[in-house]
Amino acid sequence: VELLRALGYEVFFPENHGALLGASRVANDTMGTAHAAGYSPDICSYLTSDVGSYLSRKTPLQRYGIAQTPRADLLLFNTNQCREVRDWFEFYGREWNVPVVGITSFRDLGDVEQHHVDAIVRQMEALVPILESVAGRRLDAGGLEEAVRRSRTCSELWGECLRTAAVRPAPLTFFDGTIQMGPAVVLRGTAEACDYYRLLLGELRGRVAARAGALPRERFRLYWDGMPVWGRLRELSSLFAELETSVVASTYCNSWIFEALDPRDPLPSMARASLELFIARSEEPKQRYLERMVREFSVDGLVFHDSKTCPNNSNARFGMPARLRRELGLPVLVLDGDLNDLRCFSDEQARTNIEGFVEQLEGMAPRSPAEVRA
Amino acid sequence: LTDGPCYAGIDCGSWNTKAALVDAGGRFVASAVVRTAADVQAAAARAFEELLAAARVDRSAVAEIWSTGFGRHAVTFATGSRTELDAHARGALQSVPGPITVIDVGGQDAKIIVIDAAGRRVAHKMNRKCAAGTGSFLEEIALRLDVRIGELPALAAQFGEELRLGSFCTVFTGTEVLHLIREGKRPADLARAAYRSVVKRVLEMERVEGKVVATGGVVAHHPMVVELLEEAIGQPVAVPAHPQEIGALGVATAAREAARGAGRVEGVA
Repeated sequence: VELLRALGYEVFFPENHGALLGASRVANDTMGTAHAAGYSPDICSYLTSDVGSYLSRKTPLQRYGIAQTPRADLLLFNTNQCREVRDWFEFYGREWNVPVVGITSFRDLGDVEQHHVDAIVRQMEALVPILESVAGRRLDAGGLEEAVRRSRTCSELWGECLRTAAVRPAPLTFFDGTIQMGPAVVLRGTAEACDYYRLLLGELRGRVAARAGALPRERFRLYWDGMPVWGRLRELSSLFAELETSVVASTYCNSWIFEALDPRDPLPSMARASLELFIARSEEPKQRYLERMVREFSVDGLVFHDSKTCPNNSNARFGMPARLRRELGLPVLVLDGDLNDLRCFSDEQARTNIEGFVEQLEGMAPRSPAEVRA
Repeated sequence: LTDGPCYAGIDCGSWNTKAALVDAGGRFVASAVVRTAADVQAAAARAFEELLAAARVDRSAVAEIWSTGFGRHAVTFATGSRTELDAHARGALQSVPGPITVIDVGGQDAKIIVIDAAGRRVAHKMNRKCAAGTGSFLEEIALRLDVRIGELPALAAQFGEELRLGSFCTVFTGTEVLHLIREGKRPADLARAAYRSVVKRVLEMERVEGKVVATGGVVAHHPMVVELLEEAIGQPVAVPAHPQEIGALGVATAAREAARGAGRVEGVA
C-alpha cells in the first residue's frame, strides 16, 4: 500500500467492504448472488459477500449516498494472506477491464529468510513501472520513505493502543479493537491514521490511569484467535460483558502491526513486514506468538474462532488448541462460525459454548458464586 | 416423600424436557420426561408438575428450581441456571468419580466433556452446526427406513451384515440409505450402520481417554449406541441409572450446592 500512497493513488480495500457487509448483515443477502454466479459457498465469504454485492447492486454504503464501491484503475494484490484475494481482484479485473497485478507470496513460513525477502522485493520492483504507468507519474523515493514512515508510526501507535489492554482491568476489548483498527487498515501510510491513534492512545492511557476498564467488572481475561464474526459483534461483545469476561487481546487486531517497516530501507522492510505477518507463518512460529501473547496479556484462556470459509485465518485445524492446552495448561475453546456467512454460525451453540467455558473458568479458579437470578 | 428441602433441575432439550429432583442430601428422588414441542416454557412447567407428582412432594418443599439445556433462559420460574456442559458433568459425577470423559448424545447436539480427578471440567467439544452424530440423524434414517424412531433399536437388533455409511451429511446419508435399499440391503443392517455412524461422528469430535460415561436421550433409548461405542474404544462404558435425565440431575445438584454454599462438585474421588 505504501507504493500506492507514494504514487498518489486513492486506495480502497475490498476486505473492508467485506467486513462492512458482514457487520451490517447485508452479506447474507448478497452472498447467494455470487454463489449462483459460480463462487462456492466454501470459499472466503468476504469475497462472495463483496462479489455478490457488486452483482446485486446492494451495499450498506447506499445508506450514505454511495451507490456502490468505486471502479478501480488498477487492482493490486498480495497473496501473503490467502489466494482468494487474487481471485477476488481478477473478478473485478474482468468486469472493469483494468490491470490486476500483485505479489505471489510465500505461505506457511517458518523463519523468514533473506532469500524470501529478496524474492518479494524483486516482485515489488517489477510492479513499479506498471503502477507508475497507470498513475502517470514516477515513483519518488522521498514519497515512498514518507509513506513507510507513516505506516511505521501508525503501526507503533496502534500496537501501543492494543498493549494498554495488558493492564487489569483492560481499557479496551477485542470487540472495540475490531472497530478501532479501521484507520490502521484503510488509512495506513497517511498522517490521518497517525493522528487518530495518538488521540486514541491518550484516551486509553487516561483510562488505564483511572483504572477504568472496558467492562464494569473483569473476572476473567481471554485471548481471541481468528476472524471476528462480523454479523454478531454486538451479541458476542454483550455476552462476554454479561459474563464479566474481557477478551483483552487477539491475533486479528494485532495483524496490522508491522514491526519490520523501516523508512530507511523501504522495499525490503515492506517485504519483510508482509512475510513476518502471523497469518503467513507456519504452526511453530504461530504457536510461539500465541504463547507470548498469553503471557503478555495474562489471559485465563483462549478462544479460537474456526471460521468455515477462512481456513487461512483459522488456527484450530492443525492441533494448535490441543497443543496450547497441554503446554500452557490453559483452557481453550473452539467456536465454529464464520466471518460473514451466518448460516455457519449457531447463536445458541455459541452461547452455550461460551457460557460453559466461563463456568469452566469459574470451576478452575477459586469458586465464585453460581449464577443465580435475582 | 423426603425430609427437608428438595432441589429441582429442568433440562430443556430440543426433543424432550427432563426434570429431576434431589433431596437435601443430594440423593436422586424422582424424574420426569415430557416432549418439548414448540413451547419451551410450557414444557418446562409440565415437566415440573409431573416431577412433583412422581416424587409425591409439594411445590413448597422445593427450595430451588434451576434450569439447563438450550431453553434454559426461557424457564421464567427457574431461580438459577447452568449450561448443559456443566449440568452433564455434575450429573455424570454423581455416578462415576473423575477423571472421566462424558459422551452425551442428545436430539440435536452431541458433546464430549473431559473432567479431571478433582471433578473439574477441563475441556469440552460440541458437534458443529450439523445433525450428524445426533438423535436428529437417527430420526432421518428411521424415516428413510419407514419405521418410527422408537422402533429403530428392535430393527437394528435383527442385523446380519455389518454395513458402513460413508456420508458425513445427514441429508446425503439419507440418500445413501435409499441407494443401499435399492441395492437390496436389509433395513436392519442399515439401522445398525446408522448407529455405528453416530458413534463414529461422536468419536471424531475429541480424543477419548480414561473412563467413559455415556449420557443423553439417544444413549437411554438406543442401547446399541453404547454397545458400538464400547466396541470402538475397546473398553466398557458406564451408563448412569437415568442417562436421559442426567443434565436435569446435574443442575438440581448445582442448585443444592449453591444453596448450601458448598461450591464444590460432590461425588468426586
